[in-house]
Amino acid sequence: MSEASQHAQLSDAAPGDEEEYDVAANVRSYVVGLALATLLTVASFWVLHTKLIWAPGIGVALAVLAVAQMGVHLVFFLHITTGPDNTNNVLALAFGILIVSLVVIGSLWIMANLNHHHMPMNEMMNQLVPLLPGQQRRS
Amino acid sequence: MSSSEATLTDRAAVHDQGAKPSGQPSKRILVGYGFWVFLLSDIIMFSAIFAAYAVLSGATAGGPSGAQLFHLNVAAIETACLLLSSFTCGLAAIAAGVRSQQWTQLGLLVTGLLGAAFVALEVREFAAMIAHGAGPQRSAFLSAFFALVGCHGIHVSAGLLWLGTMMAQLYAKGFRADIMRRLLCFNLFWHALDIIWVGVLTVVYLLGAGQ
Amino acid sequence: MGKLTWSAIPFDQPIPMTASAVMLLGIAAVLVWVVLKGHLPYLWREWITSVDHKRIGVMYCMLAAVMLVRGFIDALMMRSQLALSTGGAAGYLPPEHYDQIFSAHGTIMIFFVAMPFMIGLMNFVAPLQLGIRDVAFPTLNSVSLWLTASGVLLVNVSLIIGEFARTGWLAYPPLSELQFSPGVGVDYYLWALQISGVGTLLSGINLATTILKMHAPGMSYTRMPIFCWTALASNLLIVAAFPILTATFAMLLLDRYLGFHFFTNELGGNPMMYINLIWAWGHPEVYILVLPAFGVFSEVISTFSGKPLFGYRSMVAATMAICLLSFLVWLHHFFTMGAGADVNGFFGIMTMIIAVPTGVKIFNWLFTLYGGRVRFTVPLLWSLAFMLTFVIGGMTGVLMAVPPADFVLHNSVFLVAHFHNVVIGGVLFGAFAGYTYWFPKAFGFTLDERWGKAAFWCWVIGFYVAFMPLYGLGLLGMTRRMQHSVEPSWTPLLHLAAVGALIILAGIVCQAVQLVVSIRTRQRRWDVTGDPWDGRTLEWATPSPPPSFNFSVMPNVTGEEAYWGTKQRAIKEQRLADEPQYVPIEMPLNSPTGFVTAFFTTVTGFALIWHIWWQVAFGLLGAFATFVVFAWRDRVEHEITAEQLAKIDRERRRVRTEALANRVPPA
Repeated sequence: MSEASQHAQLSDAAPGDEEEYDVAANVRSYVVGLALATLLTVASFWVLHTKLIWAPGIGVALAVLAVAQMGVHLVFFLHITTGPDNTNNVLALAFGILIVSLVVIGSLWIMANLNHHHMPMNEMMNQLVPLLPGQQRRS
Repeated sequence: MSSSEATLTDRAAVHDQGAKPSGQPSKRILVGYGFWVFLLSDIIMFSAIFAAYAVLSGATAGGPSGAQLFHLNVAAIETACLLLSSFTCGLAAIAAGVRSQQWTQLGLLVTGLLGAAFVALEVREFAAMIAHGAGPQRSAFLSAFFALVGCHGIHVSAGLLWLGTMMAQLYAKGFRADIMRRLLCFNLFWHALDIIWVGVLTVVYLLGAGQ
Repeated sequence: MGKLTWSAIPFDQPIPMTASAVMLLGIAAVLVWVVLKGHLPYLWREWITSVDHKRIGVMYCMLAAVMLVRGFIDALMMRSQLALSTGGAAGYLPPEHYDQIFSAHGTIMIFFVAMPFMIGLMNFVAPLQLGIRDVAFPTLNSVSLWLTASGVLLVNVSLIIGEFARTGWLAYPPLSELQFSPGVGVDYYLWALQISGVGTLLSGINLATTILKMHAPGMSYTRMPIFCWTALASNLLIVAAFPILTATFAMLLLDRYLGFHFFTNELGGNPMMYINLIWAWGHPEVYILVLPAFGVFSEVISTFSGKPLFGYRSMVAATMAICLLSFLVWLHHFFTMGAGADVNGFFGIMTMIIAVPTGVKIFNWLFTLYGGRVRFTVPLLWSLAFMLTFVIGGMTGVLMAVPPADFVLHNSVFLVAHFHNVVIGGVLFGAFAGYTYWFPKAFGFTLDERWGKAAFWCWVIGFYVAFMPLYGLGLLGMTRRMQHSVEPSWTPLLHLAAVGALIILAGIVCQAVQLVVSIRTRQRRWDVTGDPWDGRTLEWATPSPPPSFNFSVMPNVTGEEAYWGTKQRAIKEQRLADEPQYVPIEMPLNSPTGFVTAFFTTVTGFALIWHIWWQVAFGLLGAFATFVVFAWRDRVEHEITAEQLAKIDRERRRVRTEALANRVPPA
């Protein structure tokens, strides 16, 4: 490992931390973050009722706004940057996002597929229930 | 203080920020990173419950659906409380950075009050739903709703307990290095909860009410 | 007292009563001996409240070893019941009891044998190999250990008070729902695993942070020992997967305690969702178990071939590839549960792909051995047996990765043979290799070789005799978890499998004897220098056992194989490096936090199982109070002076200088 990258590893930043203590810059960061987050939240509520977005696209719009707001939080409140002192933090975050995506998307795909292929629950229960001792027939 | 008893004084706090002579990262970096990894694991836990919610969101078993139950204005107020509390938490962190006991405590207090308001609104919402027969035992969809939103609420409540302990510690021990590290962790935790709430708001309330 | 009454104790069932009596007597005997000999203060001060990664690692391994015995007794009972129930006989275990046994066997072996063993090895070895003094969060480490012990305690209490789950080791709903499992068995299972699961997750965070952020000066990521890389991958998987387990169990607990409908049959519940989520955890879990074992084999093979590991970079790449791919295959555990061909096909292909990086590793190990001066010590024997056994198990796995084939073999004993093949051949053999390899480092003397070889042969032969018949039985149509045999054609194979279990028993007895004999004759096998195997990594630079602070001065790493380089230079120059400058260091203080927290979690868990609500409140309050007391500490470290460091290090240098002078060059 080169001297430079070793130095960067030594001067890693903790997530949420800032290197020098500049009060004004920090306050600015939080105010801007609050403003942007508020804007994005209001936009999300507005998207639901507006006629400007094609109805089936509302889900996508909401998702985009949500992701953007999460990004605002990460950058302005948690101070996650792309600098070399933040590499480990960003990598960890990327790993987390990857796992979340795999679990959620994988589960949705699998469960949708299973639900598609399965006998409806009432039909199945009607076949099984009489075999169970002391059960009432379900409709 | 004898020299052979290492207590966490400001001397150690000065060393705490940067890298030690042994080439090891400071405690602050280690604690921050470890807590960050913990938060990511917590987000993965939420994602499993999110996945369950997504799968079960249509399983209303003839009972009420999200569109019938959710009050978006309440959700909006809850969102405002939490977002503002995140902001005041950040301000409290800045106050701690300049070692102002008064402003830090004030910031933390406001954060706590806003958080408590959030929890109170949520408890009221849950109680109303249960009173109307739309409790978690009514259907799988409602089970998933109560679990997901409830899990977030429990995290917020635990955060409030932690916050109270932190405020007491700050008051009793001042801006000691280890307490500053815990404050950093609390900040991370509180902001992460707001990030998760963005997900909950979007997936549960906005998408649910829109159907 | 909630649901708890005297009738919870199974007075009318001789087998659990006998087992409980034996267990209680054993515990009582140990406690009495400890107290009478006056060891209790020492134990409390040096072990129970220890935050030293080495002590914690040893305690994890001891926990695993004890639970191996309990899990193995369950196995003997299952094998004997099946062997005795051939030809229409009833055997001696009624189904309600047999079901608890196979559930307990699986739960104990995975969660309380394999996991603690691997975590124990990683805890002990990783900081030493990285050239640092301890893990990132030592007190948290102690908490993790004791939370695991808390889970162990709850599972063992279920033997005496109440019952265990009858649902298999993964407790599928709807069987595990309140409607079909109204007793406390599933609750014991769920709370024991939730509590120990938290411990494991914290351990994962701890070790991942340690390996990613704390290295000796000069040790970049590409100079880390391969064991640390596999430990990193394993702990990243723990951090990623265990939250899913926590969430899924929480949902099942909500169903059971508060009448939720996540996985019930009625009101919209979806039991398949449980199966999906639990295996999204379950598959990464097996890689969590096997990756550290791969790391052990890499170290052992390299050391006993006298060569650096072949293909270090491809090993690292293969490890991280396995880490990632392990999250892309989980549906192969339920191919038969109704997904379409597209989904089954995707996961089937991914499962076959994940075999490739493991194949890369096998070749790298073979190439490491090739051309080396191989010493056939016990750890190396375990590694050779692993390579053969794991490849066979892996091949049957790839066979079942083909969905149409799996439709025939799923839930037959062919599957049982496969996973025992890979878990025993991979994880357990790795545990035994690591145990033998690092035992001298932990305790200062090596284990007896002869008994070690006896144990090895009994285990290997016993394994094949016990499990190869199961492949045949599976192909003959025998389903898993059967309480009695229904086919005459199965009889010879079932009898053979039972014999195999007895041979394995002989192996375990040999291991117990080995330990006793080794302790008794330890003067003959002192590890004087701290480097009994001519090792290549930094743990062999320390005395055996290492002092609490590991290294008096943190080593400066200048190449791959940190220790080998300095050793060769010392041999060439016929002297050690110059004495370093000793500066005082700070080490964390021991703390009862872990033990006390676990006490309260056990109390809370037991109370939750039996619905004793006031006790739940008491337990939670106690846990919170422990946290506050811990947070309120003013003194967290103690200083070790330069003089103390110098004294210990000069002794180490003296011993090594002597060894250098008397060194006989290898033939």
